[in-house]
Amino acid sequence: MKQSLFTVLTNENIADKVYKITLSGDISDITATGQFVNIKLDGFFLRRPISVCEASDGLLTLIYKVVGKGTEYMSTLTEGAVLDILTGLGNGYNTDPSGDRPLLVGGGVGVPPMYGLAKLLRGMGKEVSVILGFNTKTDVFYEEEFKALGCKVLVTTADGSYGRKGFVTDAVSDVGEYTYFYTCGPEPMLKALYGATDTSGQFSFEERMGCGFGACMGCSCKTKYGNKRICKDGPVLTKEEIIW
Amino acid sequence: MVDTKVNLSGIELDNPIIPASGTFGFGYEFAEIYDINMLGTFSFKGTTKEPRFGNPTPRIAECPSGMINAVGLQNPGVEKVISEELPKLKKCFNKPVMANISGFAVDEYVYCCEKLDKEEQVGWLEVNVSCPNVHGGGMSFGVSPEAAAEVTRAVKAVTTKPVYIKLSPNVTDIVSIAKACEEAGADGISMINTMLGMRIDLNKKKPIIANKMGGYSGSAIMPVALRMVYQVYEAVKIPIIGMGGITTAEDVIEMMLAGATAVQVGAANLIEPFACKNIIEELPRVMEKYKINSLKEIIGGAH
Repeated sequence: MKQSLFTVLTNENIADKVYKITLSGDISDITATGQFVNIKLDGFFLRRPISVCEASDGLLTLIYKVVGKGTEYMSTLTEGAVLDILTGLGNGYNTDPSGDRPLLVGGGVGVPPMYGLAKLLRGMGKEVSVILGFNTKTDVFYEEEFKALGCKVLVTTADGSYGRKGFVTDAVSDVGEYTYFYTCGPEPMLKALYGATDTSGQFSFEERMGCGFGACMGCSCKTKYGNKRICKDGPVLTKEEIIW
Repeated sequence: MVDTKVNLSGIELDNPIIPASGTFGFGYEFAEIYDINMLGTFSFKGTTKEPRFGNPTPRIAECPSGMINAVGLQNPGVEKVISEELPKLKKCFNKPVMANISGFAVDEYVYCCEKLDKEEQVGWLEVNVSCPNVHGGGMSFGVSPEAAAEVTRAVKAVTTKPVYIKLSPNVTDIVSIAKACEEAGADGISMINTMLGMRIDLNKKKPIIANKMGGYSGSAIMPVALRMVYQVYEAVKIPIIGMGGITTAEDVIEMMLAGATAVQVGAANLIEPFACKNIIEELPRVMEKYKINSLKEIIGGAH
């Protein structure tokens, strides 16, 4: 974990209530995709944990949805704003078991960490399939960015207004054979995917956090291997350890 | 050169800064980012006889200048604390540590205190009779002078190290409870635990916290804590560890002027992992600003 100051470079609206913010600063403590950062915002007591979309060349890219007052405030930040951020939080995804044809499944604001992971896996020469799930057409983002990495991309919307109608689980059978999967998204989606997949995989979880670095026990969960803290021992848990 | 040393029941602290139980784990998360030997000491995660997972999540909610937690005393149980946590702690902390103990019956407090009292690393026992997050225990001992005194007497009978009783602010008269603990043999008072609070999610129209209510902490509660420490200082002779929303070196001095011999820093650690380090480094400068040569001399100075 490292605490440092980041400067906002851009902060743009990319989908309904969804913003992409890029910041410059010390990203040396971000050692794995799927990790998160915890951001101090003026006027708010708790920091805001946000998953890392991409961290490279001194640039940190985060994609967040306005869901409350904190993220609403974040959406008003402009170029030059300085933020106190804790980086290098959480375990992140382990790419060792991915095999040659990993499947990545992101739902809503669970999509961003899939991007950094897809980039990493593509760099390793893997054949990467991606399923992006959204509620409706105006929620959709990053389809082209994944395609630009050379991933096979399938988009689903719950109302059928864009891409395949239905949920991400409906698209799993369209992917063909995959060797392993990685996912991040709302818990009902994760649970459905748990049942709809026949390989092992890694799930990234979300929980209300106090500290974000393992001190307060605010985000604990039970696993087959004992109690874990989503912020420190997670947010990524393997299929084998989840109790569902 | 200012003097930040204080004496807590016979053990000298380099400074009065003590991370509060439940906000500092067993030290290692913080030992990764700074040398925790700079602390006065710290109070480790509330320990019970049996292992506890605690309450369902969500356990955390934000408030103006503070937060609510309803962790519910998650801990591995006293046996594992002794066999696993203390040996790990020894590698990163070489000062006496404060052992924080909770229970659901008098004999559970006695069981844990007796065991932890024998541990060389333990300097003080901090007996929590005030956790707002567990039903049928904890706080129920802290809401009546008789029950708090009963726990104090039982623990004192089986221990040799200084016993601090950690009191709840969620009572009608904290002074009478502090006095009862003093009469029952307590070596000191830790105060205050969190204030019972609640938040409701406007979208779901239900409490944010799964346990519905939780303990409110953070800078918002500092004036309440300060007032209670001030009142208790006038009523007891034993030392007080003051806590509740302490965030800055100025807060430390204010709390000591109200009557605290040392202070604990809680919620601040969670949002600012370097909070205690920053306070310790700031303290000499702030002491000079207010013309304080020795912290020992200001305890209760506002009375």
